[in-house]
Amino acid sequence: MSAIATRERLTAAGSANALELRGVSRLFGALAALTDITLSVRPGERRAVLGSNGAGKTTLFNCITGDFAPSSGVIRFFGEDVTAFPPQERIRRGLRRTYQISSLFVGLSVLDNVYLACRGVSRNRFSMLRPRRDDALVHAAETLVEAVHLGPVKDRLVGELAYGQQRQLEIALALSGAPRFILFDEPAAGLSPTERRDLVHILTSLPSHIGYIIIEHDMDVALRVVESVTMMHNGRIFKEGAPEEIETDPEVQELYLGGGHVGGGHG
Amino acid sequence: MAVADLNLAQQARPRESFSDWVARRGTAFWVVAGLLLLMPAIASPFWLVQIIAYSMILGLIALSLMFLAGYGGIVSLVQMTVAGFAGYLVAILGDSAISQISLHWPWWLAAPVAILVATLFGTLSGALSVRTEGIYTIMITLAIASAFYYLTLQNYTIFNGFSGFNGILPPVFLGIDWGQQVPFYYLTLACAALAYGAVVYVSRAPFGLALQGTRDNPRRMAALGFDVVAHRIAAYTFASLIAASAGVLLVWYQRQISPGTAGVGPVVDMLIIAVVGGLSRPIGPFIGALVYVLLRTFSLDVLEGVGLDGRRYQLLIGLGFLVIVLFSPDGLIGIWQRLRDRYRRSGDIRDSQMGSGGGTP
Repeated sequence: MSAIATRERLTAAGSANALELRGVSRLFGALAALTDITLSVRPGERRAVLGSNGAGKTTLFNCITGDFAPSSGVIRFFGEDVTAFPPQERIRRGLRRTYQISSLFVGLSVLDNVYLACRGVSRNRFSMLRPRRDDALVHAAETLVEAVHLGPVKDRLVGELAYGQQRQLEIALALSGAPRFILFDEPAAGLSPTERRDLVHILTSLPSHIGYIIIEHDMDVALRVVESVTMMHNGRIFKEGAPEEIETDPEVQELYLGGGHVGGGHG
Repeated sequence: MAVADLNLAQQARPRESFSDWVARRGTAFWVVAGLLLLMPAIASPFWLVQIIAYSMILGLIALSLMFLAGYGGIVSLVQMTVAGFAGYLVAILGDSAISQISLHWPWWLAAPVAILVATLFGTLSGALSVRTEGIYTIMITLAIASAFYYLTLQNYTIFNGFSGFNGILPPVFLGIDWGQQVPFYYLTLACAALAYGAVVYVSRAPFGLALQGTRDNPRRMAALGFDVVAHRIAAYTFASLIAASAGVLLVWYQRQISPGTAGVGPVVDMLIIAVVGGLSRPIGPFIGALVYVLLRTFSLDVLEGVGLDGRRYQLLIGLGFLVIVLFSPDGLIGIWQRLRDRYRRSGDIRDSQMGSGGGTP
């Protein structure tokens, strides 16, 4: 019995979508922030979620990570129903996210921020023992800090970092441990053109098994790093397709690209 | 909230060898350590026990509050109650003059059980209050503290009501009477040093680091895979262990315990001690406790010396508290740090001026 159950679970995981939302809605009082969102993303797939301000993009992320429970609907992560799970349980299963407004530990050093992120998804979160010099997690944290070009400032307090560096740290926190799927919430917001190029490089050089959803207003960034696009409007999914299709779709241009919301003027 | 604004530059320092550790201590550390070790040769018995040992006991209880508030952003008023409960348990389980209630267990059983049960009580209080923030945590823990006070006041079968317990003696162990002044001083010093060291160590271990993370940004901690509620409850357990141990020392020091020991007055005094000392570093509560004990002991004489009513000593404590909090939100530790920074900066400027003037490298 249990062997069959295990096999079923394994086959389910093998064929399952990385992320699957069925009829997810979220109400804030009388305001419907999300209405009947049905969405599936394959493992390794990279998708952009576009839409004007207030379209419900960040609320969608908050429902996926468990910051708020959806008012109705089901969320599956690699085949497992995580709708009722608290955020940390979803994170431990390989989900990660970044925040639109950097959400860091400003009183701790860069390395400690990343070290905490590595700790959070490992065992011994309650360890009362200080790490040894050759601690694997300290190494992992240092490697990650180098990967996002923050090596020279790794011992500085995060509160002292420049804005762009904080955005890079935000991404480093999401890459800690063994992520399987990442939600990037406007990672390019406020970055300089050079920093945007670095960001595109980081996103495109992620291992191919890591899928993500990116919310991004800058089309130059968004459409270059994804293979599919979901358009949202007033809390609903409005259109899905390949980047080229979306770019040329007259309805989309009417609603979004023509609306002057595009922040991609820098490119 | 002010507590959350404290920037504690803590790092997950890797383990270091003992010699590195010795080398990294400053001069001040060794001067204080040496003074404390040699204190029995310098100080009179009154100073040794009534001032310094008593300060260290109160400092320990305030340290447990500092750990929660400074690293976790949790202002718990229940720490004095945890200490008081441990004290009561020593009296109830062990020996006291109220022999119809006391169970006459040997001290080596009564004291550890008292610490264990009181720590459990602190953990449960934590579990009740950690889902709240700021003022609501204060209200819930104050409610628990008041409930315990009225329970001890009105219950005669276990807590012996208003009169409490007296005749509680420190143990005689290894041929030493630990109630004697010098042994009791060293016992208290050892406990204080151990707890201080433990707090410093844990604050930079993953557990303490993550606790500071939950203070600065609980939502992000959950998004990194941490269970914030469980982490805060564990912090209560660690802090309550320190408070409970201090409670045992307290009852051995006073040799009696009554509802007033953990009444609302002392509960608030602990907050005052921790805040006056400074919540940013573990040494703060001990400094706060020393100032508090000195004020309590000598303000009566001072007031009478200037022709005022000696019973107004609380006024002096209150004024002292007001002045410190007004001038330095991070307590006496904050004043000390600012003075040191200013001295160092002026030193640097002097050095650089000398360097440019003399042309020497």
